Amino acid sequence: MATDWFPLWLSLEVASVATVLALGLGLWLAWLLANREFAGKDLLDAITTLPLALPPTVLGYYLLVVIGRNSGFGRAWEYVTGSPLVFTWRAAVLASLLHAIPLLVKSARAALESVELSYARAGRCLGASEWRLFWRVSLPLARRPIAAATALAFARSLGDFGATLMIAGDIPGRTQTAAIAIFDATESGHAAEARWMVIAISVLTAGIVYIANRLERRRVAA
Amino acid sequence: MIRATLEKRFAPGPESAGFHLQVEIEAGPGVTVLYGPSGSGKTLTLDAIAGLTTPDAGRIMLDDRILFDAGARVNVPARLRTAGYVFQNYALFPHMTVRENLKFAAHALPRLERHRRITEQLERFRLTPMGGRYPHELSGGQKQRASIARALIANPRVVLLDEPARGLDPELRADLYRLIEELRDSLRVPIFLVTHDLEECLALAGNVLVYEAGRVVHRASPTELLRNPGTEAIARLLGGFNLHEAEVLALDPARQTSRLRILGEEIDGPNLRGCFRGDRVRLCSRPEELRLATSAGPNRIGAELKRSIERPQFVRAEFAENIAVDLPRESWKKLQESAGRWWIEIPADSLRQIAR
Repeated sequence: MATDWFPLWLSLEVASVATVLALGLGLWLAWLLANREFAGKDLLDAITTLPLALPPTVLGYYLLVVIGRNSGFGRAWEYVTGSPLVFTWRAAVLASLLHAIPLLVKSARAALESVELSYARAGRCLGASEWRLFWRVSLPLARRPIAAATALAFARSLGDFGATLMIAGDIPGRTQTAAIAIFDATESGHAAEARWMVIAISVLTAGIVYIANRLERRRVAA
Repeated sequence: MIRATLEKRFAPGPESAGFHLQVEIEAGPGVTVLYGPSGSGKTLTLDAIAGLTTPDAGRIMLDDRILFDAGARVNVPARLRTAGYVFQNYALFPHMTVRENLKFAAHALPRLERHRRITEQLERFRLTPMGGRYPHELSGGQKQRASIARALIANPRVVLLDEPARGLDPELRADLYRLIEELRDSLRVPIFLVTHDLEECLALAGNVLVYEAGRVVHRASPTELLRNPGTEAIARLLGGFNLHEAEVLALDPARQTSRLRILGEEIDGPNLRGCFRGDRVRLCSRPEELRLATSAGPNRIGAELKRSIERPQFVRAEFAENIAVDLPRESWKKLQESAGRWWIEIPADSLRQIAR
């Protein structure tokens, strides 16, 4: 039987959107944690790390509570867009996003903090705003480790199972991602069907990890 | 013109002693040298002026602008302070070429003006051929000039130079001091220069602030400072002074003289203010102000020669009790031929009282 490649494409799509969103949100959080002192900083740090440690199903449960059809957010979404958020590919993006963010925030924060302080000091004295400083100085100098973290976050998003299953469900052709399709096929005794998907995901992920490691290692010489 | 009163406390940490900066600074156009041991608060002062650290108390005025006022809660951010700061490690952005570094700093200028200024600065600091190079492709002296060019491109109202001569060889240092002298004459803004080699920048400094443990312990023009360091601690810090312990035998304020006993010999001294007969006082003199003789005479004390050191311009004779005398090579040779015993002549006006 020919392999149905839809789940893989869906996974790539979901992971791509999730990674782009995670990059935006993650960089902002990382900048906040690296540069600013504010009340509740430790709490924010803990919360962004939490998805890394919590069981994915627990995460999925919380997501259901927050964006489910009976929650305030869920209703508002349904009112505005005309259809529920849960059990769509958008919900899968949300689940992947939650997994990608801790990886990005942690690495990006460390990368931003490792940029020598004197460059930021010099930049400020030269009249640069914090915004300009971030885009022209801090980010370019931290770009390699951040790119590496982004690659890993993409790989992580690609592979989410538990949380995605709980809030996006397992609707073949609509929300069935690669990870879920593989589980489904094996569960129903069609392990052979999942073989190519498994190989494809493994090769893809190995490639991403290889690139991430290369990026991490080749630091710009000062 | 800049006027600043600054105070900042650092609580002692597990691995650091506490620190308390408390200084008052006033400087017009020209070079003001901040001199003192490391950790005495010189760089912290520059940081406070630039807005990179926030003092606990005080006020900073630059021309007619208030940059900082703890009482009125004014704290102008660093980017609006118009301070040209040249950092110890240059802090050139490593991912930008020299030209891009300058462009980053000239951001606020109008486009055409910006281009003209960049070309002008590159030319002025002899960097035109290096415009397209990255900082790691530059020599130490070129990095130095590039960082100064970058700091000055937006016409700062105050210039802060943090140990710019560090790590440069003597030729480049001389080059740098020439450059600073030129800037002093062309910019007409206050220039603060943190340095360890005081003698090299004496020629260009208008004023020297001597720092110690977070305080300005002495302020004087360079020539004044070398005449009278004020305290024994500063004399030791500056180095090159003879320190004498003397007993006051008599005082004659009317004739502005005194009678002193130094190393067991009676000599004439200068007028000593605030002293009484019998006081023991600390005096200092410069090696080049003392003279050598081979016979006894007025204001001469016998001394035991330890060794002599040939210097390019003079000979330094070192005697027991840590007294040094500098004299021209010719005189030294002549004296050496006739010498049996050595006598040091201490002119009354070479002696200056310093606090312990």
